Amino acid sequence: MDRLLGLITGVAFGFLLQKGRVLRYEKQVGAMLLRDMTILKFMLSAILVGMVGLHILQPLELVSFSIKGSAVVAVLGGGLLFGAGWAVMGYCPGTSLGALGEGRWHAIWAMLGMVVGAALFAEAYPWLERTVYTWLDLGKITLPGVLRVNAWFVIVPFTAIVLALFRLFERKGV
Amino acid sequence: MKRDGWNPYLAGALAGLLAVTSAAVTTRTLGRTQLLGASTTFVRAAAAAESAVAREHVEANPYFQRNRPRLDWQAMMLGGILIGAFAASWTDRSFRLEAVPPVWRERFGNRIGVRALGAVLGGAVAMFGARLADGCPSGHGLSGLMQLSVSGFLAMAGFFGAGVLAAHILFRRQKEVV
Repeated sequence: MDRLLGLITGVAFGFLLQKGRVLRYEKQVGAMLLRDMTILKFMLSAILVGMVGLHILQPLELVSFSIKGSAVVAVLGGGLLFGAGWAVMGYCPGTSLGALGEGRWHAIWAMLGMVVGAALFAEAYPWLERTVYTWLDLGKITLPGVLRVNAWFVIVPFTAIVLALFRLFERKGV
Repeated sequence: MKRDGWNPYLAGALAGLLAVTSAAVTTRTLGRTQLLGASTTFVRAAAAAESAVAREHVEANPYFQRNRPRLDWQAMMLGGILIGAFAASWTDRSFRLEAVPPVWRERFGNRIGVRALGAVLGGAVAMFGARLADGCPSGHGLSGLMQLSVSGFLAMAGFFGAGVLAAHILFRRQKEVV
């Protein structure tokens, strides 16, 4: 059952990613060059709708949250490494499969590289677990939790900032 | 700017709706909430590939013990993305067999080997980073920010901070990328 649900979600997600035109190498690099914000428009729209939806359903116990840990050095350092590799590779792990689906078969090199990266990480993990993951580990925290406010006091200003950003994108024509 | 396909705000909002629907449906039918994510599957794929040549080594590794090779929800979702993107590109004839991305060709030439080397190296660095951060733009970017997780904000700052810098170093002279 979980496989069937995963497949259905993936087909719909892949369809939307392709129709939103966010899969292409040019779109990914375009966002990083701050020239074409299509992928940010897509991502931030998804985040706004998802954020509101999940925060309505969670108090009703219709979904449960799973917050990833904030080991600051690991998350920020890993994020920076990802960004550097992303610019060269031109895909995210999820969009690489979509790019392959729309015929950009060079995405297989990126996928191969990502499997190699995962294998190297597994070798480094025992050492990383004793070192980097213990540095500045703040645990599984959320922004409303840190600020000690109800989540909606974060959702509303966050939404306002994103909408202002959208306005800026449209004005600049990016 | 030339626009084809759907309005990205609309497609993105629908993807957000899909993420919420999928979270609610999996909670109800499977008893656990499934959120969008992609990079764990690459660990499972690495475990499967390495098992073929060095089974004992894989079984002794603590990271592979936590991420055993199996076809789970996320792996099937990734397979679905491939199918969905294929279907979408077929409906509006945007499907193209492409060996080297146009931007890359303009900068580094048309040799498939050069593109393959760049993508393998970039992919390896990116995935090492994604596992170190414990997520990619799906897991941290979409699912993390939807839950207002601090780690999501940290990771996104890293993804885009380094991405913007690296892309400018590589492609800043390219006049036309879109």
